Amino acid sequence: MRKHIRTSAWINLMYLPALIMFGLFIFYPFIQGVRVSFTNWNGYSPDFQWVGLDKYKALLQDKNVLITIKNTFIYGFGSTILQNFFGLLYAIFLDRNLKGKGIVRTIVYLPVIISPLIMGYIWYFFFQYDGGTINDVLGLFGKEAVDWLASGKVAVWIITFVNTYQYMGIAMIIYLAGLQSIPKDFYEAADIDGAGGWIKFKRVTLPLLMPSITINVIVNIIGGLKLFDVIIAMTNGGPGYASSSLSTMMYNLYFARQDAGYAAALGNVMFLMIAVISITALIALRRREVRL
Amino acid sequence: MKNISRVSKYVCLILIGVFHLIPFYILFNMAFKSSEETTSKWRFPIQATWDNFANAWEQAHLSRALGNNLIITFFAVLLVVLIGALASYPLARFQTKWNQFVYMLSISCLIVPALTILVPLYKFIVDLGGINTYWAVIMTQVTFSLPMTIFLFTGFINTVPRELDDAGLIDGSSRIGIFFRIIMPLLKPITSTVIILIGLQVWNDYQFSIFFLQKPTVQTIPVALSQFISQFQNQVNWVAAGCFIGMLPMTVVYLFLQKYFIKGMADGAIKG
Repeated sequence: MRKHIRTSAWINLMYLPALIMFGLFIFYPFIQGVRVSFTNWNGYSPDFQWVGLDKYKALLQDKNVLITIKNTFIYGFGSTILQNFFGLLYAIFLDRNLKGKGIVRTIVYLPVIISPLIMGYIWYFFFQYDGGTINDVLGLFGKEAVDWLASGKVAVWIITFVNTYQYMGIAMIIYLAGLQSIPKDFYEAADIDGAGGWIKFKRVTLPLLMPSITINVIVNIIGGLKLFDVIIAMTNGGPGYASSSLSTMMYNLYFARQDAGYAAALGNVMFLMIAVISITALIALRRREVRL
Repeated sequence: MKNISRVSKYVCLILIGVFHLIPFYILFNMAFKSSEETTSKWRFPIQATWDNFANAWEQAHLSRALGNNLIITFFAVLLVVLIGALASYPLARFQTKWNQFVYMLSISCLIVPALTILVPLYKFIVDLGGINTYWAVIMTQVTFSLPMTIFLFTGFINTVPRELDDAGLIDGSSRIGIFFRIIMPLLKPITSTVIILIGLQVWNDYQFSIFFLQKPTVQTIPVALSQFISQFQNQVNWVAAGCFIGMLPMTVVYLFLQKYFIKGMADGAIKG
């Protein structure tokens, strides 16, 4: 316990620079964004009209918005599930005493440090129609070449896969650290009770990994819901809006269609969605954590 | 029986390693193949050539982009460490109601994706005359990296015994003096984590750079590459060489400092 807090107010000046930065580049734009979303501003001209809730109403009727929100959910939840599943699987596997596991860990983690844009371009070579590596393999077995990225539905999952491939290394590392922090006696005690592998995993490993799971799920959900670079590299959100996420759609609306009011309204919806989802997930997961 | 399971484990290990290396293998093949060689991307180049690299380097102006990346990343990381460490000291040490509020406010910025406020942020930067300047990108990068940095620094300062501060006070140091002479030097391990996490993020950034750096002379590697690639889509070997060059600097740094990268990532997560 602290006896008393000795402080003069001026010591708090130390966080003033940070607060000014937040104010200028987050809070002020955020408030402006709410304002702009009630106008029909085009992004550059000095003239605009107040249109009330029109832009939000338009959002509800826009088919592309619906597709985009669905895609964004797949990017968010799909990558989260895949990254956590494979990250945990790899972590458990690489936690064993195997020669060369360090090298494999390095390899699995490598994509994390590469620009997601470049990663997208690299994977494009696999799913290209003409001379794509996957179509080459299909050709070897006498199968017809497939235009993988031409269908939005397939492209969304391909992009989710690429995102998972790139960032599952983070989940793996965090789970590895989590596994190593579980005391060995817990497993010994379970052994004495005659628990099998699955029971041990369910009763010992999983509950004690909850803090790692919380971190991974939150990081992956936020990362997946705002996915941008990979999509730009692989499909540019196309065909049409078939594989676009809220991020790429906003980019498109603002710069290509010059509909700033609409883009701002979409941005606010996106902010609300991500905030609600990540806070709900955080609270739900924190409840399940056990303290050692 | 035991041997079979051992062997199968090693087979698994090798399969995982190979699977994760395939993209790099394909990229390597393509980057070193001349455009006349139209064999499958799976095939090793028959006659390796450096031409693609020369072309990508020239056409995408990668030397200039590399310089821009270095400038932006250096200043962004320097500022984020300085501003972040300064802010974290009072937030960790003096947990008054008001300071707790300020801390929560900072951390809650973690969930604001920059793109959701793209429209007003972009307009604000235009009004400030920040388009095509280094400082606009640096400032926005710093702002959006600060929540994570403050989170890590306050978490770390909380583990530094308060007795050190008290000893400093008894010796007659001011609070600021204590921060710079006693606390700052102790922050080295967490600072290296911050440098790695934020440095990586800034280095690879595309979402801010594509908006704020439109003039070719100020563009960073990801932006320069994206424009090069949309221009030379059909020269797949050039594209591959460009990607190869683009990922090389960070890959080299990673291979030399991988212990710190992996430790930094794990620390960053667990301090939560």
